[in-house]
Amino acid sequence: MANVGNRIKHIFNRNESYLLAVLIVLIIVVSLINPKFLSGENFFAILRTYSFIGILSIGFLMVLISGGIDISFTATATVAQYAMAVFLAANPNVPIVMVILVPIVIGIILGSINAFLIHFLKAPSIIITISTLNAYYGILQFISKGRWIYGFPQWFRDFPNIKLIQFLNENGVYYGLSTITAIWIVLLIAGAIVLRYSVLGRNIYALGGDPKAAHRGGLNLFRLRLFCYSFMGFMAGIGAIVHAMVTQTVAPNALLGQEFDVVTAVVLGGASIFGGTGSVLGTVLGVGLVAVIKNALTIVRVPEYWHQVFIGGVLLISVVITATRTRLARQKNRIIDVQN
Amino acid sequence: MGKCIEVTKASKNYHGVVALNKVDFELQKGEIHCLVGENGSGKSTLIKILSGVVAPEPETAIHIGGQPVIGFRARNAIDFGIHVIYQDLALFPNLSVKENIAFQISREKRHSWIQWGEMRTIAQQALEEIGVSIDIERPVETLSIAEQQLVEIARALIGDLQLLILDEPTASLTRKEVEALFRVIKDMQKRGIAILFISHKLNEIFEIAERVTVLRDGKKIGVYKPSELNHERLTYLMTGHKIERQPPRKITARRPLLAVSHLTKKDQYHDISFTLHEGEIIGITGLLGSGRSEIAQSIFGMNIADSGTIRVTGQKVRLRSNCQALRMGIGYVPENRITEGLIKEQSILDNITVTIWDRLCNGVGLLMNDQLQKISSKWINDLDIKINTMHSAVDTLSGGNQQKVVLSKWLATKPKILILDEPTVGIDVFAKDSVHRLIKELAEQGLGIIIISVEIPEVINNCHRILIMRRGRIVYECPAESADADELLIKCAAA
Repeated sequence: MANVGNRIKHIFNRNESYLLAVLIVLIIVVSLINPKFLSGENFFAILRTYSFIGILSIGFLMVLISGGIDISFTATATVAQYAMAVFLAANPNVPIVMVILVPIVIGIILGSINAFLIHFLKAPSIIITISTLNAYYGILQFISKGRWIYGFPQWFRDFPNIKLIQFLNENGVYYGLSTITAIWIVLLIAGAIVLRYSVLGRNIYALGGDPKAAHRGGLNLFRLRLFCYSFMGFMAGIGAIVHAMVTQTVAPNALLGQEFDVVTAVVLGGASIFGGTGSVLGTVLGVGLVAVIKNALTIVRVPEYWHQVFIGGVLLISVVITATRTRLARQKNRIIDVQN
Repeated sequence: MGKCIEVTKASKNYHGVVALNKVDFELQKGEIHCLVGENGSGKSTLIKILSGVVAPEPETAIHIGGQPVIGFRARNAIDFGIHVIYQDLALFPNLSVKENIAFQISREKRHSWIQWGEMRTIAQQALEEIGVSIDIERPVETLSIAEQQLVEIARALIGDLQLLILDEPTASLTRKEVEALFRVIKDMQKRGIAILFISHKLNEIFEIAERVTVLRDGKKIGVYKPSELNHERLTYLMTGHKIERQPPRKITARRPLLAVSHLTKKDQYHDISFTLHEGEIIGITGLLGSGRSEIAQSIFGMNIADSGTIRVTGQKVRLRSNCQALRMGIGYVPENRITEGLIKEQSILDNITVTIWDRLCNGVGLLMNDQLQKISSKWINDLDIKINTMHSAVDTLSGGNQQKVVLSKWLATKPKILILDEPTVGIDVFAKDSVHRLIKELAEQGLGIIIISVEIPEVINNCHRILIMRRGRIVYECPAESADADELLIKCAAA
């Protein structure tokens, strides 16, 4: 019985439980202000819109757990997306597999370049990825001359509108689970399995917890880093496809700035910026929090520029809470034996 | 029993500096062997060679179980059953006890997927084997240092452990925890596991070792049985010098420097009063958690007291920050000096002078580099800090030398009052002695010094007066010359 009690206590103490509680409270509050928020239609719309952010978050989480950081993923995604668009525009009839492979392979290559530079130059990952961010963007701007690309083949336009689960609303419009969201869900499950149940995943936690200990323990740090950064690249590649499918236009600057939502979501989700902690579930809740806040602000007609202020405020509060909890935990561990 | 591991002509140079010079070393199965030497004598390098972390010079030959091994790397060492427990433990703080213990299992079995159930059983068994009960689900960062060490030992026991190397395992353990550790070690010895034990605490060496190898300046001095040695001889072998203990010189002038009266802070200490005079060394001792360090931090302005007064040279002061304390001429060398007292990536020069930068500016507020260099070299000389250049990062130095850098940084402020929290923890005999000499010299120059230490002999040998704290109160005070170590120990612990 004590064991069960401990388990329950453990579950309540988890970061994810706090997040879920906050998310639920937020949803209730927003629904009271505007009941439209709680419609199935809005729910699936949010899921579809935030699939792109959600997919990138899984990659970013992986890098963060390993004790690194990658700022360059929006640049990677942009390069991958543009290459795909150019390729597709030039060869409208190539097999679909090829179209999908192009951005993914580019994403993995650019991610591996990050891993190589970070591991062999032994430079802080934030500096390296800021450099590659600029390099990737700059080269793309030069080659693309800022041109937009649109007018994709029919299948590319139809695919994101397929609903895997479908409902009809009172106005006779279909809504439901988009293929885009389904891709996100599949990747979430894959990411969770890797992190929780694979030796590779646990080794990534170990690396993030203490790189020196990981090295002494005989782990191949380069291979782990290569995996994390190219996984980030892989996610950027898939994110690129998803984003292009949703927006149906490819611009060489469309993704710029979206990295902040990703970073916010993952950090809100409980991943430590110092590495070693974080979970897929937390990250999903983090994305949910960002999505609900932004959607709610739109629904209650708060001007766009206030959105960032809100998100910033929420992030700040979450950081304060985390810091306080760590401090309290440390105080609890201190030995105090005093007669007052 | 047979040989466990043998290295001949073990040598290693780092950038032209000889760290280890043709050392022959062998270990028998099931023996407890101690490796002793000062900081920088080559102990760490030898361990690193034994564990494959560092590749030795080509002339070095390694034999394991009688077989020569070529190209010995960390992975080979693990496969041969050699396990090192470093002072800064190689655990993953974010992972649970069970994952830390069973960490190598997945690699050894070439699993791709974690078997959580198997992991739990293995971890539980390993802990039972050493007779310890720790909740295997807890993250390691929530455990005490002693518990973490036991987790590492349990981890080492998994698989075919042949040699366990412990690098200063007792440095941060209480006496009780040390006894528990020694029980575990002796138990492992019975099973034929060789133990290589590194310690600066000579008592412990005599207590547990069967053979002692002494290193000095990268060379082997010899291998001895503990029965052939005593404190003085071992110290002499390690340092090449005879160390004589000298009590601090009697004080003549009795001008009070620091007077603390009725200082109280809830949950930390209660009604603390004492006076520190010019040229006096006061030792404060007590068990962990008795409030020793908290008082020191209050005097240094980092931990504001609830009530009571502090007078510096007769003047009542209200210290609200360490900057104020610094201006009043108070210096504080923290216990956790490596993390709290040093800026590790910065140069030795910067670390020594950081406390006095504001005094070394020219007319337009720029630092005067020649002055900085002059002051640094003075302290490096005075304290005999062993360095290559004062521009290299401070974390390239050995523990004892880092210690001296922290000391010199506070001495550079020319304090009137100096508080030293555990000034010699984790440093070798000779460095210890030179720190003690330095403290006494400083007192002779008129400084008032407070030494906080758990080591009762340290306060007896180096102080004028001893205060004992227990549960936040000063419970006993006596002059050091008439103090008896056993009696003080009882006073510290009495319920």
